[in-house]
This record gives sequence, C-alpha cells and structure tokens, in this order.
Amino acid sequence: MGLTLSWLSVIILIPLAGLFLKSLELSPEQFWDILTSRRTLNALRVSFGLAFAAASVNLVMGSVIVWALVRYRFPGRRLFDAIVDVPFALPTAVAGVALTALFAEKGWLGAPLAALGIKVAFTPVGIFVAMIFIGIPFVVRTVQPVLQDLDPEIEEAAGSLGASRWQTIIRVILPSLAPALLTGLALAFARAVGEYGSVIFIAGNLPNVSEIAPLLIVIRLSEFRYADATAIAVVMLVVSFVIIFAVNRLQRWAQSRIPAR
Amino acid sequence: MTIEVKNLVKTFGSFKALDGVDLKVDSGELVALLGPSGSGKTTLLRIVAGLDWPDSGEVLINGEDALAQGARERHVGFVFQHYALFRHMSVFENVAFGLRVQPRAIRKDEAAIRARVKELLDLVQLDWLSDRYPSQLSGGQRQRIALARALAIEPRILLLDEPFGALDAKVRKELRKWLRSLHHEINLTSIFVTHDQEEALEVANRVVVMDKGRIEQIGSPDDVYETPASAFVHGFIGESIELPVQVEGGAVRLGDRPLALAAGGAAPGASKLFVRRHDMLVGPPGSGAFEGAVQHVRNFGPVQRAEIALSGGKTIEIDAPRDKELRVGDTIGLQPRRYRIFAGA
Repeated sequence: MGLTLSWLSVIILIPLAGLFLKSLELSPEQFWDILTSRRTLNALRVSFGLAFAAASVNLVMGSVIVWALVRYRFPGRRLFDAIVDVPFALPTAVAGVALTALFAEKGWLGAPLAALGIKVAFTPVGIFVAMIFIGIPFVVRTVQPVLQDLDPEIEEAAGSLGASRWQTIIRVILPSLAPALLTGLALAFARAVGEYGSVIFIAGNLPNVSEIAPLLIVIRLSEFRYADATAIAVVMLVVSFVIIFAVNRLQRWAQSRIPAR
Repeated sequence: MTIEVKNLVKTFGSFKALDGVDLKVDSGELVALLGPSGSGKTTLLRIVAGLDWPDSGEVLINGEDALAQGARERHVGFVFQHYALFRHMSVFENVAFGLRVQPRAIRKDEAAIRARVKELLDLVQLDWLSDRYPSQLSGGQRQRIALARALAIEPRILLLDEPFGALDAKVRKELRKWLRSLHHEINLTSIFVTHDQEEALEVANRVVVMDKGRIEQIGSPDDVYETPASAFVHGFIGESIELPVQVEGGAVRLGDRPLALAAGGAAPGASKLFVRRHDMLVGPPGSGAFEGAVQHVRNFGPVQRAEIALSGGKTIEIDAPRDKELRVGDTIGLQPRRYRIFAGA
C-alpha cells in the first residue's frame, strides 16, 4: 500500500504538481490571455474535437472488429488479431511518416482521394486519420476479453424469447459490453489527445487550422516561453482529467448495473 | 400441443450426434431424454427449439412443420443448464424480457406486463427477489427465474436442457419435486434432458433412453427400469451386475462353468447376463446358480453392499438386506431372483 502510493506519487503526482507550480509564475491575467488567444483556443479545439471524433469512430469500428475476431473463425484470424496491436508497437513517428506517404497527394490512397477532391495529408482530416490509427487497439483490446466471456447462450435465450437480432444486440449484448466500450472510448480518446509523433507529420501544422495543442506546447518551449507552455499544458491536463473522470463515472454506473458474478 | 420428430439426422463433422431419431410426445406429457453425454439428447432438444438445424428429418409441433420457422417464431420456452439470465437486468426485467420484445401490435401495456411478471414470480415462489440481479441469487433461484422467464411468453411447449445439472444434490432433489408439481399445475407439453437416471425416473411420465445418437428405449419409468430393452439400458439404468456368458442350446455358461439358469429365448453365442444388485439372493453354499467368497461388506443405508469373488474369477457387488449375516471370508451361494440375457459380447 505504502509502496504503491509512493510510487504513484513519484511517477505521476510530483511531475503534475511541478506543472501546476510552474504555471503559477503567471499572473491570472497573463494566464487568461494565453488561454484565450486565438491560436491556443484553436489548437485546443483541434486536439479535443478531433480526438473525440476519432475515439467515437474507433468505438464503432473497434466494436465491429472485435465482433469479427471473437465470433467468427476465418482464415488469417490470428494474423488480423496480431495486426490490431501494430499501432501500439510502432514508433509513432514511423506511423506518422507512413500515413503521410500513404495519404500525400501522390500516395496510394491520397491520389484517388485527391481525384475526388478530398485532401487528407496536411489538413485536419489527416490529424483525424492519424488519431483513428493510433486509437483503434485500445477499443479492441478492452472489449475483446469481455465479449469472449459473454455466453452465446444469452443470445439464444433472447432469440427463443422472441427477440429479433436487432433487439438482442440493443437490449442484451450492448448493455453487457457497455462498461468495456466506455473504457475503450476513454482510453482511445486520451491517447488521441496526447498523440504527438504520428500527428505532426501528417497535420501540416498550420496555426489555427491543423495545429494540435501538444505541438503548440513544443513550439512555445522552443521559443523559451515556458510559462505559456505550462499554461496550455495545465488546461489540457484539467480538461482531460474532467473528461476521463466523467467517462469513469459513467462506466461505474454501467458497471453497477452488472454486478460481478 | 404435440411434438413429433421423424428420422432426424445431425452430424458435427464426422461425429453423428443424431442417427435417425423418431419420437412422438403427446399433449401435456413430461418426457425425459436420458442418456450419457454425447448421446445426442441435448442436440435433439436444441433442434426442437430451433437453436440447431438437422441435416435431415422432420420436426412437427402441433402437426405444423417447425423447421420452417426460426427459434423466434417457434414460441418455445427453453431453459438452459447454466440459466443464461441477462446479468445486467433485474429479476423482474429478465422475466419481462419476452413480453417487452413482442411486436408493438401485440405487445401488452406496462401495467399488464407488470401483472404478468408478478404472476410468474408468484408461480415460481420468488416474487420477493423481483429487484435483485441474477448474480445475487443462488443457483436454484436462478433456474426458477429462468423458468419463469421462459413461461412469460406463454410458450406452446417447454424444453429444459439439464435444468438441474449445475446445482448441488440437495437443491436438485427439491427442484425435481417442484418441477413435477409445477408441470401438474400448468400442464404444458415438456421435454427435459438429463443424464441423471434418478431425476428422469422421478420426474417424467415417460423416459426416452438415448445412446450414440439413437433411441434405445421409450417407456414409462417402470418399463425402462423393470424391462430394459437392451444391454445398454439395463447397464445404464439402475445398478446392475453384468457378466459375460455363453449361451448354447438353451444352457448358460460363465467361463467353463455351466450355470443353473434357463437361457429363455436368448440367441446362442456370446451374451451378457444382467442382474440387479438387489435381485441377487444370498443362501448357503451350493444353493444357487453362483458361488463365491465374501470379500468386503459395507453398510449403505437400508442395505449392505458386499463384494463377492465368484468361483471362476469375476468379482461382483450385491446389495443384501441388513439382517442377512455376511462375514468376510464366508462362502455363499447366490441365486438371481430375476435376470436378463442380451446377445452380444
């Protein structure tokens, strides 16, 4: 217990406290000015907005992937199962370069998309794509064990009681998976907000358009405006914390409706 | 409602789960499908429920082709061995599920659903658990809730797959009695699967004994116990002594020892002699068809169980009344009160 707490403090709490202390060097007015500057607001909006959108897409697509991996036996299933972990394992910069090459105007996917008038690389869409890429394993890996544990008999029970396939999914399967789905969503979101390496390659990094908050922090640091950087960091920290906390509560609520066996 | 199954065949890969099964269940009957695991009894039940599909054959429920319908349309109550309750729903919502998913046109209003669920929970005597979740219930309570849930849709027939298989012996015995009286009360045509002969004999009106995807015998509990139709049934139901014998010209031999037993109508050749343990009567040496030495004696409730080494090498176990004096080392004579001989090694 003591060891756990000290370790947690050293690893997580002390650096966070340092961050807050540093930001205290700013007067409240300065702090407010930094935060409400157009560039900061836009960077935060890009980061949180796209992260949430990407996490939502991952929630849906991740569920579909999990369903296929758990419920179907198809050739190459183990290979696909392993591939899910690639975004985890790949250095983020490598992922960024790969995605950029793929979606650049002359890339394999970029060229046909450009023909349709859709530009992905060096736009906010690129950030969105990168965030989806790095977030997908979080949804898959949190939901997978829960779905594996879900007894197929409960679906048969629902069917023999007269439920349609759709009613079975909505009333029986999704509620059973809800806590895991919410956890997956929260993790994918947190990862996307904090993502740096893969995003900056594909983003184009235009201030106010495709500049993410973590990049703005790095820019401020390189300009030796440490207080500015910490101010943005503190806001990101607080907002992230609030969102994760909210999801956590939601998840606890969903969990409480499925008491442990 | 009647259930009729004709020449049903089902294979899983190279395994023949059902190998030409014919069965007719009359309206209001409570039939037990009894057999060892792998005998095909659960597969048969699942096909009747629409949870599995046969390779060939027919299933008729009340004379209508049931295979033309999915599980959803068949209106069959199914109770699973491991309950399959919805964990995220209260007991009340579990029972109400079948009513809530009905098509809007025929769905009952909330008050009617509440009344119906209350009625069912009363029927299974668990109305006081209405707000609990399945994880907070004991196994026996869960299975009764699962039964109430299955009955909520007013099924045409009721199918139970090893309903008491996951429960401990005491609860199982209570629920057996309860199921029989419940069936008496609601009088719904029902089939239940079990590997427990005592359960089948105690609960069912009729017992269907299955082995290796085939029906070995269909009969009343008395029939299958008193007049088993095959060596398998005799060996599977009740505790039997089984001895390999030779039948030749109306005489029976054990090894090279002739037995003073009539072969009855048994065909010549290698056969099996079956005697119930309690049908072996103990007498003085030389008084019966068999002779042997007592090796062990243990008391088992109303009887004493003795291990006897027959002259000729085989060791058998018999059940004798407690007042019969049996001492280890004694040589005794044994005469079967009743016995049956089935052809085949």
